[in-house]
Amino acid sequence: MSNINQSRRQFLKTGGLVALGSTLPISLVELAFAESSQNFTFAYISDAHIQHIKGNRFVRNWDMGLKRAVAEANLLTPKPDFVMFGGDLAQLGSQAELDHGAEIMSALKQPLKYVMGEHDYYLDLGAYWEKLFGPQYYSFDHKGVHFIVLNSIRTYDDWTYKRWPTAEQRMLEMAGLDNPNGSPFMVGEEQRKWLKQDLTKVNKDTPIVVFSHSPLQKIYKGWNFWTEDAEQIQALLKPYKKVSVIYGHVHQIQYNQIGNISFNSVMATAWPWPYPQSYAQAEQYLPKLTVPMNRADPFFDRDATGWQFVNLANGNVDLNFTLYNNKDRVVRFSKANKHPEDQDYQAEKARIDPQRHY
Amino acid sequence: MLTFKTMIKGLVCICLASSINLALADEFTQEDEQRWQQQFMDVVKQGRALWTSPTLGSNGVACAQCHPNAANTHPETYPKFQKQIGKVIPLWEMINWCLRNPLEGQPLAADDPKMIAIQAYVTYERRGVKLEPGQH
Repeated sequence: MSNINQSRRQFLKTGGLVALGSTLPISLVELAFAESSQNFTFAYISDAHIQHIKGNRFVRNWDMGLKRAVAEANLLTPKPDFVMFGGDLAQLGSQAELDHGAEIMSALKQPLKYVMGEHDYYLDLGAYWEKLFGPQYYSFDHKGVHFIVLNSIRTYDDWTYKRWPTAEQRMLEMAGLDNPNGSPFMVGEEQRKWLKQDLTKVNKDTPIVVFSHSPLQKIYKGWNFWTEDAEQIQALLKPYKKVSVIYGHVHQIQYNQIGNISFNSVMATAWPWPYPQSYAQAEQYLPKLTVPMNRADPFFDRDATGWQFVNLANGNVDLNFTLYNNKDRVVRFSKANKHPEDQDYQAEKARIDPQRHY
Repeated sequence: MLTFKTMIKGLVCICLASSINLALADEFTQEDEQRWQQQFMDVVKQGRALWTSPTLGSNGVACAQCHPNAANTHPETYPKFQKQIGKVIPLWEMINWCLRNPLEGQPLAADDPKMIAIQAYVTYERRGVKLEPGQH
């Protein structure tokens, strides 16, 4: 009898935990901030790669990833102030793909902003994307934070305008991550000028968050985990006290600190990518700070994909990764060590076997 | 037991062979090696073409979308216990799993030239890595 009671109690306890877990943002609710009026959150969804097959058919696997992220972001409590989409809504930049992606995204209840990815861009150089979502680079202010959105996936004019006989071929050449015919990403002179101008009106103490598709740092050139003019962008951001860069493209968790700038990547909703060290022939520079995410199990469609919500506590970025088949991860800026840190796995001894990539 | 007669016969054969200058099995030249390497690289190239092809499966998805440069395929660890399948399998069975699932296509026979080309490409990208059969 007492055994039954005990197991019943155990069951209720477990059942209660499951129910709490399924409301999702429980870890967010538990976070308490010093100046709570100044703190806010936003959700980040990225790299959906909506892929058109034919007629009204799209690759189901990628559709499901985006739909799940949208549905879950809508359940966040407290509500995020806005939702960012980090680029690569489409796979090959077509109107059918962008329309289909925008339709799935339209279910989001919060204000929505977009970053341009190379898969959105290289068919018509962003013309249709602009019609749907607005300018390719812009800035805005929100609750004392200055946000900057860059199109970081442009490249040399010669490659863009002279190399390829058709726009379709240009798109296909850039869509292949490991394609040796591709070209390095860059922000380019036009936007660097604009950025310099935009920053003149920003106080040096104002927290700055930059959204780009590619990392504004150099990790591995072969897969464009790379931005050619990264150093120049970093130099423009150097005078500011708190700067965070959040980028997509890499389909994996990465983070780093370079001087005053914190870097955080976000995950894809479509599929995960290998860490560059998994390519035996690659010369690569994954930030030493990064504790990799678990190796993906392909038998679970959504494993190693997900979305994230971001707390801007005191102007620093805390990233909460919602991972579907693994324990969620939290990468938070450490005031003591002055760089982002994983809350569970940062110490060498705390790491687990699935985080070993080869 | 060898008779004297058969020994003589054998000797005559050897003499004949060398006199008409047939290549000996254990001797090859740099030219030979280059030619064999070229044959191999041609198949690697075919494999790379299949790896990036949107028509290998039925939904336009290519192997390279998830596995750039065939990374995270670990050919050096096969055959191994594939935990999701519950037994020891060779690499080609795992390739067929990918063909059926993410690519929504048809599996290939083990000796299909396409399957051989895919394996040649995957293994070539992993050159220099030591064999670790069975490693997860």
